[in-house]
Amino acid sequence: MTTAAGKRHSAARVDALDVQRVRADFPALHQTVHGQPLVYLDNAATTQKPRQVIETLDRYYRSDNANVHRGVHALSERATAAYETAREKVRKFLNAPSVQEIVFVRGTTEGINLVAQSWGRTNLRPDDEVVITETEHHSNIVPWQMLCGQTGAQLRIVPVENNGVLSAEGYAQILGRRTRLVAVSHCSNALGTINPVKRMISQAHEVGALVLVDGAQAVAHLPVDVRDLDCDFYAFSGHKLYGPTGIGVLYAKRALLQEMPPYQGGGEMVKHVSFDRTSYLDPPLRFEAGTPDIAGAIGLGAAIDYVDALGSEAIGRHEQELLMLATAAISRIPGLRIIGTAPEKTGILSFVLDGVHAHDVGTILDMQGVAVRVGHHCAMPVMQRYCVPATARASFALYNTREEVDALVAGIYRAKEVFG
Amino acid sequence: MTADLRSLYEEVILDHNRNPRNFQYAPPGANHVAHGYNPLCGDEFTVSLRLENGVVTDIGFEGAGCAISTASASLMTEIVKGKTVEEARALFESVHGLLTSEGSGGPMGKLQVLAGVREYPARVKCATLAWHTLQAALRKEQGTVSTE
Repeated sequence: MTTAAGKRHSAARVDALDVQRVRADFPALHQTVHGQPLVYLDNAATTQKPRQVIETLDRYYRSDNANVHRGVHALSERATAAYETAREKVRKFLNAPSVQEIVFVRGTTEGINLVAQSWGRTNLRPDDEVVITETEHHSNIVPWQMLCGQTGAQLRIVPVENNGVLSAEGYAQILGRRTRLVAVSHCSNALGTINPVKRMISQAHEVGALVLVDGAQAVAHLPVDVRDLDCDFYAFSGHKLYGPTGIGVLYAKRALLQEMPPYQGGGEMVKHVSFDRTSYLDPPLRFEAGTPDIAGAIGLGAAIDYVDALGSEAIGRHEQELLMLATAAISRIPGLRIIGTAPEKTGILSFVLDGVHAHDVGTILDMQGVAVRVGHHCAMPVMQRYCVPATARASFALYNTREEVDALVAGIYRAKEVFG
Repeated sequence: MTADLRSLYEEVILDHNRNPRNFQYAPPGANHVAHGYNPLCGDEFTVSLRLENGVVTDIGFEGAGCAISTASASLMTEIVKGKTVEEARALFESVHGLLTSEGSGGPMGKLQVLAGVREYPARVKCATLAWHTLQAALRKEQGTVSTE
């Protein structure tokens, strides 16, 4: 990175992204809420969409709309080509070896459920163990609980340290010959911790276990390379990556997908159907029963183009800058406690304020145009672990600014003032 | 404070949040108890009361919640004490009406401060949590009442 003379290194880094130009791409950011300019800091829940994505959806429905993988007419061919081009964009984005390893699903949740119900039900036996962590989102807990209920396998939980870092010792102790699968988030949605997944994957492989990585909170914030990680499954959602809702991706190693039975039955996933016997298509289509979210996939492709053009690393640096700034500023607020202080974090700041419940913080911030998430963040075990009923969570994206960090800080002071 | 915020966080609400009445208290000889939970936000209250000859002679609540749910619970315990079961139910209906539609069934007294919550749909469940729990306690329902 070139550093302009006389400028602080960090400032040059932020400028590298040209935030104001980026913001111009996001129509939803330019509005007032309760008479105040919107400060959108709920990006871990969902990100806003750039016009490039919105226009892609619009164009698809206006001119190319048709069903995919069937029909010989021009529109169907255009729709199919665009849908499969999106799959190739995802492959490249994850650095996956083959497009056959990219399954379109509704989102991270469906990706995880697919693995649990297809791979899990086929392969797990009583006394096998599935390992998750104390910091998982409900979507990476409940599918495994259901699977364990169905198969008699046991669920093991890797504990987390006070600062939000997973216990390496606890993980090493839990891994064993009974471990069949480790399901871990790349980044914690409630704490922001970036987990050392590469190391965890290699440890799991040593005992012969597979690893599923929940990438919902990672893909928009750091470069992801499934070949380098050597993960067996990687799931993420389009809508947290500036893409549409209703579309997500499951990456799975080809050899695993080949052996996995269908997750759902229906059209689009079969070779031949008779009342006696049905044969299924090869992956990925075997796992895409029914008409998929064609527009969503194409929109996700546009979102990936958008992020690629800016560069995952530049985005990550910008968000780190905001995180550091915000962490320093809110740490100075008396009575405020940050939940999740791991050394390696994405731009997520969860906090509680003495004497002011998170919901009241959320409402008071909202009155000032500042949107944050309040509650348990679909991670109730994390709340129990840190003995808080709820937290307020600010989460940053590529379009957030330092001024917005200031607005957050001012809003928290206002909450303190109201509850004095 | 802006006018908007003042309409939600009225002084009475702030006061009942700061010093909730009958809080972390279960009356001696309580014969009706219920547990209420708002899964959306994690607010959780247990309402305990002593019912004698159809009259709520003592009532308290325990747990943790936001300012709106705590103040609403606190106000509720103050107002319901000494009321008959029918009067308590009527109050629940009035509060429900106040929070979900224009106006209420009758004179609300202090409870009128909850009217501001109506403008914040996401917070209505906070204000009704204790009241739903009271209803369950009066009906001697088992298990946890949920606002969902």
